[in-house]
Amino acid sequence: MDFSYSKTEELFLQMIRSFAENEVKPLAAEVDEQERFPMETVKKMAKLGLMGIPVPKEYGGAGGNNQMYIMAVEELSRVCATTGVILSAHTSLCMAPIMENGTEEQKQKYLPKLASGEWIGAFGLTEPNAGTDAAMQQTMAVDAGDHWILNGSKIFITNAAYADVFIVMAMTDKSKGVKGISAFIVEKGFPGFSIGKKEAKMGIRGSATCELIFENCIVPKENLLGVMGKGFNIAMKTLDGGRIGIASQALGIAQGAMDETVKYTKERKQFGHSIASFQNTQFQLADLETKINAARFLVRNAAWKKDNQLPYTKDAAMAKLFAAETAMEMTTKAVQFHGGYGYTREYPVERMMRDAKITEIYEGTSEVQRMVIAGHLLK
Amino acid sequence: MNIIVCIKQVPDTTEIKIDPVKGTLIREGVPSIMNPDDKGGLELALRMKDMYGANVTVITMGPPQADLILREALAMGADRAILLTDRKFAGADTLATSYALAGAIKTMDYDLIIAGRQAIDGDTAQVGPEMAEHLGLPQVSYVVDAQLTDHHSLMVKKEDEECVQTLEVEGKCVLTVLASAYQARYMSVSGIMEAYSREVEIWTADKIEVEEEKLGLKGSPTKVFRSYPKALKTPGELHEVSEEEAVELIVSKLKEKHII
Ligand SMILES: Cc1cc2nc3c(=O)[nH]c(=O)nc-3n(C[C@H](O)[C@H](O)[C@H](O)COP(=O)(O)OP(=O)(O)OC[C@H]3O[C@@H](n4cnc5c(N)ncnc54)[C@H](O)[C@@H]3O)c2cc1C
Ligand SMILES: Cc1cc2nc3c(=O)[nH]c(=O)nc-3n(C[C@H](O)[C@H](O)[C@H](O)COP(=O)(O)OP(=O)(O)OC[C@H]3O[C@@H](n4cnc5c(N)ncnc54)[C@H](O)[C@@H]3O)c2cc1C
Repeated sequence: MDFSYSKTEELFLQMIRSFAENEVKPLAAEVDEQERFPMETVKKMAKLGLMGIPVPKEYGGAGGNNQMYIMAVEELSRVCATTGVILSAHTSLCMAPIMENGTEEQKQKYLPKLASGEWIGAFGLTEPNAGTDAAMQQTMAVDAGDHWILNGSKIFITNAAYADVFIVMAMTDKSKGVKGISAFIVEKGFPGFSIGKKEAKMGIRGSATCELIFENCIVPKENLLGVMGKGFNIAMKTLDGGRIGIASQALGIAQGAMDETVKYTKERKQFGHSIASFQNTQFQLADLETKINAARFLVRNAAWKKDNQLPYTKDAAMAKLFAAETAMEMTTKAVQFHGGYGYTREYPVERMMRDAKITEIYEGTSEVQRMVIAGHLLK
Repeated sequence: MNIIVCIKQVPDTTEIKIDPVKGTLIREGVPSIMNPDDKGGLELALRMKDMYGANVTVITMGPPQADLILREALAMGADRAILLTDRKFAGADTLATSYALAGAIKTMDYDLIIAGRQAIDGDTAQVGPEMAEHLGLPQVSYVVDAQLTDHHSLMVKKEDEECVQTLEVEGKCVLTVLASAYQARYMSVSGIMEAYSREVEIWTADKIEVEEEKLGLKGSPTKVFRSYPKALKTPGELHEVSEEEAVELIVSKLKEKHII
């Protein structure tokens, strides 16, 4: 693949960088401190067309590609990982499965409002007893003639409290196991659907992570997404794409921590010299810079394959695994380079370290990424 | 309503480095941006487009690379972009620059011309006013706001260090706008997607109404005698003290430096 940016991508990068710097960065500490969903930022992103980057124009999107979408997640996460994941979950986990599996009517109904940012999207797969073992779905969907009835609950759902549209997995035929899972498009106002408890979290504290509760929830017949019994495949394919988004989030966090560390180590003086002049600092930063760039190439490679309709499951897993571990290492070391100041909330690196951890957990833990990679390698 | 906005590509730097031998700005390695005051001017034009449906044309005189700021202007919402580029324009001072821009504008249909107050590299603030003179138009500099009145004149707010003035201008005119007047909009994603498939018109010297000997180096009476970076002042000190203490402190500091 060609790693250089096209002129259009260059222009996009210029815009998203200045947007992140001027609109997102100033709010990052407050959003974290107050565990506040940055709705005003989402509205600004909507106005610029950022909520529908890879959605085709005919469905109200900007008609961009995944390369641009991941640039946006990276640049946003570089200054505020909460804002990065809001865009990632909305784009990869809600709009993408509708684009890839929806009927023409479903696309016409949901994509324009999601792409314009009027509606926010979410994705509900995880349940209290179905985490890594996602096939153990206990949420049931029963065919009631002219509609479906859903019962059960989901846990840890990103964007939940502010979302309007949810992609929800449920068992339509328990006897068939994985092949008995189907996907549904659920709207906020459907009868019997409510949002439960909001989690108090270590990081990405502004993203509203909540329970979804279905109590005889009525879902119209036409809201089955894709083929009945193919829900697990849809979920796994969706997560393949989502992993590119989370890898970009991790990459952005790592880059943001590097930016802060370069600045700080040049300014901070001990023993009469800047701490950047110590060889320990230089060698560690050289290694981290190398890893960040390696992560960026892995992420761009996975997005490029997705843009070119090539298989990318393993590439996305490698990108997420490596970027997430790089983010964790970079942010931990960023705090170390900042010394005691790094441990305080005066500097953003402590937040970045807390934010980085989630990238090793959601959309498949790092262990799951290793299973996916090994599975492809050894098949 | 047709609005022409003059925009200039400038190096993005506050610490301008000057070639010690040639006395000119070193531009290599410094990213180029749309001059901030010009972005303010473009924002004013785009607001008029939003409010009154104006048609906005951006024009720049510069090397082929200046194409970038025209694409940016298109992605922000400009309707038409013109790049004035020709070896004959090279080496222009402010007089020759404003003459060429005026020569291009003469061939166009317009109701209002907007420029930035000042470019952050050349810093003369002359091009806008000179252009108005070449075109024989009234001008208002240091503009922070402009509104169309019911009888199609412009109410213009002008602000400098001393005062704020509101002026009414009738007919065609030149406004030079401050960056601080408006927060310029971002390029939209769909604007960016289209920017490179739209046309940037390339105009050379023979396409505009000018006399060749008044262009570029030939047409430039200004000769740079010497340019040099100013020596940095030592950083100030901050003391929080009472008035009496302050007097004593200042006197002692001045004595320390043998000033008094
Ligand atoms: C902030 C946040 C946001 C989230 N957003 C969403 C969302 O929007 N939508 C959604 O559906 N889900 C979401 N999740 C859920 C997330 O994807 C799961 O938490 C994750 O998949 C892990 O599941 P679990 O928490 O049940 O952990 P478990 O599955 O209980 O795992 C615990 C540990 O055991 C390890 N483990 C499990 N099985 C194996 C194995 N076979 N071999 C080796 N190790 C193993 C895991 O790697 C992990 O380290 C979110 C979670 C969080 C915290
Ligand atoms: C003394 C002097 C000598 C110079 N000699 C040379 C030289 O030998 N060779 C050389 O290459 N350059 C030279 N320059 C630079 C060049 O003349 C100026 O950069 C140019 O004329 C614009 O002037 P300015 O930057 O001061 O703009 P200002 O007058 O500060 O700009 C005001 C506004 O005019 C508009 N504007 C200015 N320039 C353009 C443009 N090119 N296209 C569209 N709109 C524009 C913009 O809206 C801008 O905000 C010289 C400059 C000075 C001051």
